[in-house]
Amino acid sequence: MDTSSFLVQQLINALFLGSIYALIALGYTMVYGIIELINFAHGELFTAGAFIGLIVLAALQKYGFVQTHFVLTLFLVFGMAMAYVGVLGVAIEHVAYKPLRNASRLAAILSALGMSIFLSNGMMLSQGVSDRAYPALFGLKGITIIGARITYGQVFIIILSLLLMVALNMFVNWTKLGKAMRATAQNQVMARMLGINIDRTIRVTFIIGPALGAAAGVMVGMYYGSVRFDMGFIYMIKAFAAAILGGIGSIPGAVLGGMIIGGVEVAWSAFLPSAWKDVTTFIVLILVLYFKPSGILGEDVSETRV
Amino acid sequence: MIDLALKNVSKRFGGLLAVDKLDVEVPKGKILSLIGPNGAGKTTVFNMITGVYPPSEGTISYQGKKLNNLRSNRIIRHGIARTFQNIRLFKSMTVLENVQVGMHCRTKSGAFRALLNTPFAIREEKEIIEKSMETLEFLGLADHHNEYASNLAYGDQRRLEIARAVATRPEMLLLDEPAAGMNPSETAELMDLILKLRDTGLTIFLVEHDMRLVMGISEMVVVLDHGHKIAQGEPKEIQQNEKVIEAYLGTKVKAKA
Repeated sequence: MDTSSFLVQQLINALFLGSIYALIALGYTMVYGIIELINFAHGELFTAGAFIGLIVLAALQKYGFVQTHFVLTLFLVFGMAMAYVGVLGVAIEHVAYKPLRNASRLAAILSALGMSIFLSNGMMLSQGVSDRAYPALFGLKGITIIGARITYGQVFIIILSLLLMVALNMFVNWTKLGKAMRATAQNQVMARMLGINIDRTIRVTFIIGPALGAAAGVMVGMYYGSVRFDMGFIYMIKAFAAAILGGIGSIPGAVLGGMIIGGVEVAWSAFLPSAWKDVTTFIVLILVLYFKPSGILGEDVSETRV
Repeated sequence: MIDLALKNVSKRFGGLLAVDKLDVEVPKGKILSLIGPNGAGKTTVFNMITGVYPPSEGTISYQGKKLNNLRSNRIIRHGIARTFQNIRLFKSMTVLENVQVGMHCRTKSGAFRALLNTPFAIREEKEIIEKSMETLEFLGLADHHNEYASNLAYGDQRRLEIARAVATRPEMLLLDEPAAGMNPSETAELMDLILKLRDTGLTIFLVEHDMRLVMGISEMVVVLDHGHKIAQGEPKEIQQNEKVIEAYLGTKVKAKA
């Protein structure tokens, strides 16, 4: 493998990993934007998405559905995982966060941590402690660009994640509900004063954010070929770092942060001892925050809210 | 005809009695001003009317319907819109988007339709843009419709706040110190604007410190001091009222001299 194909290969890897982090980071940043809460259960929602995808995929495979209806299979796997986790997200919001909306910030954060542990243990009990194999959907076939090999699976994942991000962007900027969401994030009292149903807007946020995380979970399962109940943790940490890096509360910031963290990690693993790759994520984070504490695209949040 | 009626309304914050047994009636299609020294409870009155918090006692009714325990997002549907003392625009949205958000409470497509972007929702969104532009035109902000709200000049930001409130198509507009921080020519423009809004049939309920504005355009003035109503009447009567001069205008005149 020559240098240029090596570089292209790493670029594809970075794009893939960056998209995954970006999708997860979007969930953090949207929830933070609207209720100023770090949803620590988000990593578990991502894992839950991966498991639902696995369950649906395994069931479809058992009846030979995958071979006959390939596209429909993909649609069902992602659709079911995202729908289930979206509902789970709303349920968590209702049970663990809504009652604490007027309590201290710390109470909600503790509730989020509790939810995270609860979900993680729930998945451990129901899905077991060991790695579960993900059925290979795409195989190893692929295309070659400048000597670099990209499997169809990678192509599909990168395209799907980009589509999801574009769709989110269109939703937030162009639809009535998206505008209501931005208005609520910027000034809740005023948004309510203009007739926006805050509870409903928050619920929608708790469908979309977790659903995007679930899609990322299925992608990770498909790509690496296995899932485990605690796999969400490291992704949670990385995506959280990505959200902070891009400026928490900012949707383009989360995408940018995810891409940077993914890029740095891949670059480090490509040229330097890969055992240190997780450390670099946080070195980058610390450096950025040292010079710009609100994150790259973050806004000044000192604005009074009430 | 009386649009908004506050009967025997009180508000307690812990041990503090912010508003004490207040009776106010706002007649339809008129401009009524609520004045009083700082801390008199003026904004508290607005907050109770618009459902930020409920009154501790008494009833607030609008066109015969009781508003007491409704939340803000319900009250707007009854046709009462307001602005705040401090500017509360959605700063990282454009001028047009700010107005669109205001208009959304009057549109029909629900969350689901908006999410799916049905033809109906798209058509409705188009109408919203047209109507939002009309509103901006009326307020003289149409040229700025694509700018971010945070980039507008101060006077324009204030006007955008009013535009956004007007976009909810209210019958009554509560303006909380709309002239705060404005220079005399901006204030003069604001007076014209408020009169223009009144002439479209809106009822205006105003809290303001700028006496030139209050006395210049109000048809009725209510004076609050420490949560009590100490006077009520036409601007001329208020200016000559001993109690008012003592509590409020007097100190102001002295301070100016």
